[in-house]
Amino acid sequence: MDLVTEITILVLAAFVGFEVISKVPATLHTPLMSQTNAIHGIVVLGGLIVVGYADSTLDEVIGFIAIVFGTINVVGGFMVTDRMLEMFGTKKKKPAPEAAVEDESKS
Amino acid sequence: MTLAALENGSATVGLLYIVAFSLFIYGIKLGTHPTTARRGNWIAAVGMGVAVVTTLMLKGIGNWGIIFGGILVGSVIGAFASKRVKMTEMPQMVALYNGLGGGAIALIAWSEYRHWVHQANELEAVQAAANAFGGGTVFESITASISLEVMIPTLLAMVIGSISFWGSNVAFAKLQELIPSQPMGLPGQKIINGLLLLVLIAGGIYLGANNDLADLNQPVFIGMLVVAALLGTMVVMPIGGADMPVVISLLNAFTGLSAAAAGIALDNTALIVAGTLVGSSGTILTLEMATAMNRSVANILFAGFGSPAAGGGEQEQRPYQSMGAQDAAIQLAYADSVVIVPGYGLAVAQAQHAVREMADELEKRGVRVEYAIHPVAGRMPGHMNVLLAEADVPYDKLREMDDINPELPQTDVCVVIGANDVTNPAAKTDESSPIYGMPIIEAGEAQQCLVLKRSMSPGFAGIDNDLFYSPKTNMVFGDAKAIVNEIVSELGSL
Repeated sequence: MDLVTEITILVLAAFVGFEVISKVPATLHTPLMSQTNAIHGIVVLGGLIVVGYADSTLDEVIGFIAIVFGTINVVGGFMVTDRMLEMFGTKKKKPAPEAAVEDESKS
Repeated sequence: MTLAALENGSATVGLLYIVAFSLFIYGIKLGTHPTTARRGNWIAAVGMGVAVVTTLMLKGIGNWGIIFGGILVGSVIGAFASKRVKMTEMPQMVALYNGLGGGAIALIAWSEYRHWVHQANELEAVQAAANAFGGGTVFESITASISLEVMIPTLLAMVIGSISFWGSNVAFAKLQELIPSQPMGLPGQKIINGLLLLVLIAGGIYLGANNDLADLNQPVFIGMLVVAALLGTMVVMPIGGADMPVVISLLNAFTGLSAAAAGIALDNTALIVAGTLVGSSGTILTLEMATAMNRSVANILFAGFGSPAAGGGEQEQRPYQSMGAQDAAIQLAYADSVVIVPGYGLAVAQAQHAVREMADELEKRGVRVEYAIHPVAGRMPGHMNVLLAEADVPYDKLREMDDINPELPQTDVCVVIGANDVTNPAAKTDESSPIYGMPIIEAGEAQQCLVLKRSMSPGFAGIDNDLFYSPKTNMVFGDAKAIVNEIVSELGSL
């Protein structure tokens, strides 16, 4: 792929990012930051690619560490985001039933 | 010569990458609404799965032991850390993950460079063998240099990745209080940082100019890796605690951009699109956070927040009033309206459940209880919302700063729990204060103010708070959770 095509993709993606993300309410900023943080764990792909042609043990070690780092970024990032959002979700969906359950437990 | 050779015109891979980044975009889109955010997160995660599996289909991918070993180790560590981390420790967790991503990018760039060096050595060996048989250039037809289209992004990825890795580590260490959270700087720090940046630019130009295979210079490359590491550390070190969320957000954007640079170097569209998406989202978030504090990003990075010299010398003992939990309970019980201002101290003490109990107890007595949420309370935007949501505090009780400030003068009691800088009236009145201009929750406007705090020590930003000395304010000293629990039991016996 030539450089101009790649830069075209980059610029368009930047605008998509601005458009999609600028509408996030402040309360969701922490989860959003965590989610996008997980998405840049995509670098793990780079790790997979460079390990493919590692020429020496040192290269294999470097690639291995890169894959481990990238995977922690991805797996940890998405899971932490889910933990945060779990809290928003439960309360948002069933405020009424929840209150009912509580009243029962108290009475 | 480049890794693009791996892809070999595989349209399937390209198409699957389109599926992957479409899922990222859709996932983020869903992430903008509380009801769909969780689904959005999983959709983005599925996109990541597609991207990884697709990459494993590339021709020439090998070393399966290392690949699956790495993925397994990374998954186990990531899953374990995410399950164990406390909600209060989220900001530093994000910093840490962000740093690891940056570190991975720097390592990938280094590995790429080493690969070129290896190619150069091999060609040299072939040439030497050919010379032994009577000379002649063997590799006329092979491009014997790394094109700048690949070299420049690789260098950028390495430098930004390394800055992000070390900067994030420092941010993590500060938030985890492994190192003091106060601003720390050397004299002439800005000049040193400027010099480090110049060294990086010079190194980059040197390596870019010497892009023939025969001229590759790995020691210079490693030198730049180290200088970038120093620069990342030096830039974050002098930044005081309260500004840390902005810095993490900025580093998040940086890591995204370096991922995009790595994507150009590796001819990988998934990396370019995902990296850029993160770059632009991180930028918006950074700007929004900075706006919430009424400061510019440049000011945060280069001015040093609440430098210890400011007001440090003229500190004197000023009179303040304090009361016990019992008196506090009485004051609350006879109020009509109570506004709770939560801060990082509430998070540290894990007092969110106790606070909710207190609110329930007060509401039973007919007191109207609401929460005033400052946009940067805690150490991230939305930090308090997450914590209070954990304690099942209803959404509509959480009021935003601008929304509730006009109502505070009619509020009977304002309870500040572990918050400090976000209530400091100096931000409105004292032009010499480092936080001057930051919007605050005007707790001091309420009829009465209760401040639950461990001691009179200044907050994260290291600035004294006039609110504590106001005649309307009563301090209640102790661990936030312990005091609130005490208040709850006092309320029960009233």
